[in-house]
Amino acid sequence: MPNHSEVCPESTSPSNKFNLSTAELKEMAKKLRRHVITMTATAGSGHPGGSLSAADIITALYFKVLRYNPKNPQWSNRDRFILSKGHAAPILYAALAEAGYFPVAELTTLRKLDSRLQGHTDRKFTPGVEMSAGSLGMGLSFAIGVALAARLDSKTYRTYVLLSDGECEEGQTWEAALSAAHFKVDNLTTIIDCNGMQLSGWTRDIMNLEPFIQKWQAFGWHTIDIDGHDLDQILPACQGAEKIKGKPTVIIARTIKGKGVSFMENNAAFHGKAPTWKEAERALKELE
Amino acid sequence: MAEASTRETYGKTLVELGRENPNIVVLDADVSPSTMTSFFAREFPDRFFDCGLEEQNMVSIAAGLAASGKTVFATTFVVFVVCRCFDQLRLCLSQPNLNVKIVATHGGISVGEDGTSHQAIEDLALCCALPSFTVVVPADAIETAGAIRVAASDYGPFYIRLSRPKTPIVYPEGYHFTLGKAVTMRQGKDATIIAMGIMVAKALEAADNLARQGIDCRVINTHTLKPLDKAAIVKAASETGAIVVAEEHLAHGGLGSRVAQIVAKEKPVLMEFVNLGDRYALSGKADELLQRYGLTARDIEESVKSAVKRKQYFQARQ
Repeated sequence: MPNHSEVCPESTSPSNKFNLSTAELKEMAKKLRRHVITMTATAGSGHPGGSLSAADIITALYFKVLRYNPKNPQWSNRDRFILSKGHAAPILYAALAEAGYFPVAELTTLRKLDSRLQGHTDRKFTPGVEMSAGSLGMGLSFAIGVALAARLDSKTYRTYVLLSDGECEEGQTWEAALSAAHFKVDNLTTIIDCNGMQLSGWTRDIMNLEPFIQKWQAFGWHTIDIDGHDLDQILPACQGAEKIKGKPTVIIARTIKGKGVSFMENNAAFHGKAPTWKEAERALKELE
Repeated sequence: MAEASTRETYGKTLVELGRENPNIVVLDADVSPSTMTSFFAREFPDRFFDCGLEEQNMVSIAAGLAASGKTVFATTFVVFVVCRCFDQLRLCLSQPNLNVKIVATHGGISVGEDGTSHQAIEDLALCCALPSFTVVVPADAIETAGAIRVAASDYGPFYIRLSRPKTPIVYPEGYHFTLGKAVTMRQGKDATIIAMGIMVAKALEAADNLARQGIDCRVINTHTLKPLDKAAIVKAASETGAIVVAEEHLAHGGLGSRVAQIVAKEKPVLMEFVNLGDRYALSGKADELLQRYGLTARDIEESVKSAVKRKQYFQARQ
C-alpha cells in the first residue's frame, strides 16, 4: 500500500493502520455484523439483510483497500466510498465507527431523533458519508461525478461505489453505465452486492436481471465475477480493477442476503425488518 | 421594446465565468446548441460533459462533481430536468445542499409550437417545494447575466428558468442584480402588479395603459421567487391596497401562491391572479398562446381594474 503521510500531514498513515491480515479482516467482518444486529435491534427498525450481505465487501474496503483519514474526513485526496444502496447504512456506520470516524458507542443511536446516524445515509450529518442516498439508482451517477472531478483536478484518489443488484432495475443505473464507458471512467471501481433478493422476494422473480454480466459487458465494462464473502477474492478483484485502463470496471460480488445469521440468510423478510431482541441474541451467538 | 435572447446571454456569461473560474464545470443533455452551453463546450471542452439523453444521470453526476468541490451548471430544457428529474433534484441536490445550478431553458408556454409536452408550467411549484433551492426567473437578458453570475458565486442549489423566444429588454445596461431583492420597476399607489420573467414587460405595458385610464399602478419584478422579497410585498400591499400577480405558470405553487401566503399573513388586501389556471396549453405561436391562455398586458389590465374596483367597494363600506 502506498504511504500517504506526505500528502496527509495530520494523519498517521491510515492506510498502514488498517492494513489488516485476512484473519483479522474476517474477525472485523464478524464484528461489523454484530454491530448491525445490535444497531437494528436497538432501533427497532432498519435493514439488516442487505447490510449483512455487504459486510465482507465493506470490511475489505475500509480495513485494507481505501486510503482515508478518520481524523480529517474531508482530506482532499481520500479515496471515496459511495454507498448507493443507502438502506445498508448500518454496515457503513459500523465500519466508519470501527475505523475511527466517530465513537463505536454512537452506533446504537441509529435512527433515533437527533442522531448523526440517519435511517438512510445523509452526507450532511455523518462524518465519512460521501453521498445522501435512499432513493435507488443514483449512486453510480454520483460516483461518476466524483471520479470525473478527480480527473479534472489531476487527483489520484480512487472512487468506489457499492450498488445492490436490485437497484439495477432502476433505469438510471443503466444511464450511468453507458456514460461511465463513454467518458472512459477508469478511476472508479463499481461493486455490486448481488444477493439476488430485494424487498419482496427473489430478484429473478420480481424483475429478472439476467444475463447480468453480459449486460455490463455489452455496456462496455470490464467485469470481475467473485464470491462477495471471500476476502481472498474481494481483495484481488479490487487490485485487478485498478489496473484496467480506458474503461470502467464492475465487480459482480455474489453474496447471500442476511449472510452470517442462519435465519436471516436468503430471507427477504429481513430486508427491512429489525430482529427482535430474542432473535438478536440468537444472531449474536451465531456471530461469535 | 428591444429584444434579446436570455439563452444566448446565458451561453456567453458561462464562457466569461469559465475564463474567470477554472472550477466551473458545465453539463448538458444533448441540447447544447439550443441552450447555448455549446459556447462553453467549444472553449472549455475538458470542463464540459454532454450527458446525452440521460437527464437523471446528469443531475446525479452534477451532484458528485459538486460534492468534490466543483461549481456545476447543469442545463437542458425545463421539462426534462425539473419535471423528469424531481427525485434527483430532491435527493442529490436539495437534501445535501450541493452547489449545482440548474439553468433550464424553454420554460413556460412561450415555447410555442412544440406543444404541451414541452411547455413547462409546473416547474416553479416543483422547485419552490425544495428546501435549500434558490429559484430565479429573470425578466430579460440583462437580468439573466446578473442572475447567472450570482448563481456562480453563491453557494447552494439554484434553479434558473429561461425562455425560448427572445424577450423584451426591461432594464438599462448597468443594472445590478441583487438576489432576493425585488425591483420596483415603476411606482404607483392604486394597485401593484407583481410579476416575473416574460410577464414583467407585459406588466409594464399594462401599467402604461392603465395610467392613461387614470389608474396609477406600481410594478414589482420578483425575479427571485425563492426566497421571496417579503418586505417589498408587504410594502406594496400596505401602500397600494390591491395586488395582481402575473406569471407564466399554473395557478398553484408559483408566484401567486407564494405572494398570497405573505399577503394573507402580513397585510391582507385584495388580490387577483393572472396565470394559466389548472390546464395545459396547445401548440401555436408564442404570442398566440399567451393571448389564448390569458397572459397578455390586456389580461393584466383587466385584473388590475377588477382589483381596484373591489378595493374601492370595500373601502366605501368601511
